[in-house]
Amino acid sequence: MLTGLFAGLFYLATAVLLGGLAYRIRLYWKTPAPLKIPTTPAPTTEAGAALRLAREVVLFESLFKANKWIWLFGWVFHFALLLVLIRHLRYFVNPVPELLVMAQQFGIYAGFAMVAGLAGLWARRILVPRIRYISAPSDHLMLALLVGIGLSGLTMKFIDHTDIVAVKAFFIGLMTFKWQPLPADPVLLVHLTLVAALMIIFPFSKLLHGVGLFFSPTRNQADNPREKRHLAPWAAKLEAGGGSK
Amino acid sequence: MAEMSDFLVDEGVPDPLEMPEMKRGAMEGLAPFVAKPEHQAPLGFPGALVDDWQEKAIDKMGELLGKYRSLQVYLDSCVKCGACTDKCHYFLGTGDPKNMPVARQDLLRSVYRRYFTFAGKYFPKLVGARDLTKDVLDEWYSYFHQCSQCRRCSVYCPYGIDTAEVSMAAREIMDTVGQGQKYCNEIIGKVYKIGNNLGLPKKAIESTLEGLEEELEEETGLKIRMPIDEPGCEVLLVTPSADLFAEPHIQGLMGYAKVFHEAGVSWTLSSYASEAANFGMFIGSYENMREVSLRIRKAAEDLGVKRIVFGECGHAWRVAYSFLNTLAGPFDFLDPRYPAPQHICEFTYDLMQAGRLRFDKSKNDQYRLTFHDSCNVARASRMGDMPGGQFEIPRAILRATCNHYFDMAPETIKESTFCCGGGGGLLTDDLMDIRIKGAQPRMRALQQVREDHGVTHMAAICAICKAQFTKVMPKYGFDMDAILSVHQMVANAIVMTGSIQEREIKEKSEPAAAEGQAA
Repeated sequence: MLTGLFAGLFYLATAVLLGGLAYRIRLYWKTPAPLKIPTTPAPTTEAGAALRLAREVVLFESLFKANKWIWLFGWVFHFALLLVLIRHLRYFVNPVPELLVMAQQFGIYAGFAMVAGLAGLWARRILVPRIRYISAPSDHLMLALLVGIGLSGLTMKFIDHTDIVAVKAFFIGLMTFKWQPLPADPVLLVHLTLVAALMIIFPFSKLLHGVGLFFSPTRNQADNPREKRHLAPWAAKLEAGGGSK
Repeated sequence: MAEMSDFLVDEGVPDPLEMPEMKRGAMEGLAPFVAKPEHQAPLGFPGALVDDWQEKAIDKMGELLGKYRSLQVYLDSCVKCGACTDKCHYFLGTGDPKNMPVARQDLLRSVYRRYFTFAGKYFPKLVGARDLTKDVLDEWYSYFHQCSQCRRCSVYCPYGIDTAEVSMAAREIMDTVGQGQKYCNEIIGKVYKIGNNLGLPKKAIESTLEGLEEELEEETGLKIRMPIDEPGCEVLLVTPSADLFAEPHIQGLMGYAKVFHEAGVSWTLSSYASEAANFGMFIGSYENMREVSLRIRKAAEDLGVKRIVFGECGHAWRVAYSFLNTLAGPFDFLDPRYPAPQHICEFTYDLMQAGRLRFDKSKNDQYRLTFHDSCNVARASRMGDMPGGQFEIPRAILRATCNHYFDMAPETIKESTFCCGGGGGLLTDDLMDIRIKGAQPRMRALQQVREDHGVTHMAAICAICKAQFTKVMPKYGFDMDAILSVHQMVANAIVMTGSIQEREIKEKSEPAAAEGQAA
């Protein structure tokens, strides 16, 4: 019963996450950027623009210019999350590769860094009047969700262990369609429910920023409008139609 | 006018970036005059708010979401991190939280969410989604005309979200339902009818140019020509019509004429395209922006020029540099050896690099100068071959023409520059309150260099900046003529071949040389 419920939940969550993201990426991809609008000074080549985008993704370059506190908390949270996700890969592969075994130590402590980063961001959201003003209930709930995932995960690691071998069997079972029972530990169930919720919410929420950045014309365009004519398909149609209002 | 004293400095100079106290609703009453039917019609917009405006507005929003990736991505991606909240000069100057970039975007985003997203349709309260009501429309009208589309926020946003894109979309939606802004739309109509923003007819321009030619001859002893509609010239000069009319713009125009003359490059203005600025951008209308741009192409073709050079105008240079090739290109009928179009600063700088201009810097010794990076030049264009040329080239020109040059604080110049407070369609008297308050960060930075280096004047390369500063500088304790054109400095310092100035220098140096030989 419990196993079936969670199996269904994770199939649903995965489908919504992948389907939703695919839909969004397709939408962004299909929507033209009719004008050259890189925020300048900008790289003049496509390769340079790719490098600029990479700096935004890896270093949060613009955020660093903007505000050192938000940068610090945001960067720590995101990279800790990345390490935590890498660590969690071990529950989905068999056998576990050497490199992934080595990553475990980092992943475990990154769990604390992740929660600390989130706490910092949340504190700013509550304490800084400007940021409090722009926050909707969903902004707080999103943080609550992520903090909940982090704390429940850390609880299982350090306080109230679950039968991790069984959990791994459950997820491998999901992937191979040979279902295995899921342990009925409350903390585990909270952790998994929150993760599934996050996956479902992702394509419908501001979490889309992770995808949006790659499609942001101010960041991904090369600054070469005089050298290379840029024309959107709908603008070309307008031109062909004689072009008057 | 009692509040004027608030802007004057009593003790020390406050930090240009100082965080204001948050004042909710401080600017909510301010809105520009609404366009009348006669201002709307030439642009293809309905004359007054249409009956089914709500439905039309949502339809238009849907259309724009499909046409502009920027809008779609930016409305989805904001995480409300707060990075932009203290970056807008209108927020710093007013403290009104709706002038924080994210809050300004949210005025539109909240409606987008309500009508276009799952969460907003079913859980509006949770995600801050709301219906498009008349109150919301009025709020749009007020606050999307308190954005100068300067892009300072987009520099700092971790996703590059550009509020300019959002405010342009909002203005286009409002135009489409009949709630246009009088200032911008009336001006675009004048361009269609007469050829320029100020509505100067060809006769008036001709008589101005004749007067200027006489003035130049008197000053230099040279017959420096300032032609209009002259076919067969090398260069079509497209310059803001304010250059033909206002101070200090006109001194800049005389500077261009001197540079062209010294370079031996023939040039002409066009009465049909007697305007560099393109207010089609301010209202976010691709069609109108294109229509204005096509006039420049037509003028260039009709006059048979080989190059197009733009005068000092910020938003004009954005449209020219970034969009002209898209809107009215390809410019394969021009001389491929030169970028199309070129900025007058690029033109002058290239001559300087080739050693073809001589300057007597001492002619500008009465100025202790700084430079205001105009927002759209700084963050939406380039000059020369290298990124950042838009910062270095004007400075190189100023340093070559003036002995006393000082930059303002680094966090207020170049890509971090502040808008003058009057850009993006705000340069109208009905918005004077926000213009004065929005100028505050720039004015404080200027007050700082006045304290630190005794700076007396500020040069700029934008017609709007120049007009705006002329109006607002007195509110901050500067003379209205403390704002200069970059090419005004060029005009003052240039030593033209065969000119009175050249003879004076020879006379001065020859006795000295003779003495030197004797010794």
